[in-house]
Amino acid sequence: MTTYDDERIGELLRFLPPAPTGWVEAAQELPVARRSLDEIVARAEADLAFREALVADLESTLALKGYEPNRRVMDELKRRFSES
Amino acid sequence: MSQLSALSDAELVQRCRAGNTDAWNELVERFSRYVYAVCTRGFRLNEEDAEDVFQEVFTRVFTHLDTLRNDAALRPWIAQLTRRLCLDTIQKGGREQATAEPLAEDLASDLEVIDEAFTVREAMTTLSDACQDILDRFFARDQSYRTISDELDIPSGTIASRIARCLSKLRVELEGRSDPSDVSRE
Repeated sequence: MTTYDDERIGELLRFLPPAPTGWVEAAQELPVARRSLDEIVARAEADLAFREALVADLESTLALKGYEPNRRVMDELKRRFSES
Repeated sequence: MSQLSALSDAELVQRCRAGNTDAWNELVERFSRYVYAVCTRGFRLNEEDAEDVFQEVFTRVFTHLDTLRNDAALRPWIAQLTRRLCLDTIQKGGREQATAEPLAEDLASDLEVIDEAFTVREAMTTLSDACQDILDRFFARDQSYRTISDELDIPSGTIASRIARCLSKLRVELEGRSDPSDVSRE
């Protein structure tokens, strides 16, 4: 059995400070971000004009259509549409 | 303590798979400190690379949760994923390594301590909210007695004794467990 004294417990607790709030919030928003990504991709697959507009100018097209993806979704969209 | 924080890892995974957003928030909250510590204290990645690994870990957990064969094995899965992504980042050279690459011995030792710290932190969830809060503020957030006193509106003269009582409860909780690795909420 491992034994602990108060000093050791304190040291161990110091090893796990909170992660930056913004990082945690971004990770918690993943389900929403994923839905947004899936929606944009599905729309691009169904609408050739939208797809071409995305390839030509991703950020402006998304803004024009009312999408406000976060940075990671934007990076993923750039990756996908720059490969097309 | 919220109801979700009392769930076992396996129960949490099942709720996340069912699309429960609150369960996902709890999963991120439960493992965020661990992933952060492995990136920054274990592998000593710079902030930018650490953030990329942090987000990638949770993205992969979210997208591959269906492939986890043993729901209770969430913790080792996240641990392995984090370590692998940190190593990949180091091998790719990262953007700029702000700190020296950790020596293998130091790395192994640091990761062992981080695992032990996570075990202690899990045990802490069995304490009252007040105890969790004051221990977290003093040790993990490095807040002074004065800040704790101001923010919790309690006399600063009682803080040391409150911390001592909460530490004592935590010690009893930890020593009641046969092995630190048994602490996962199973």
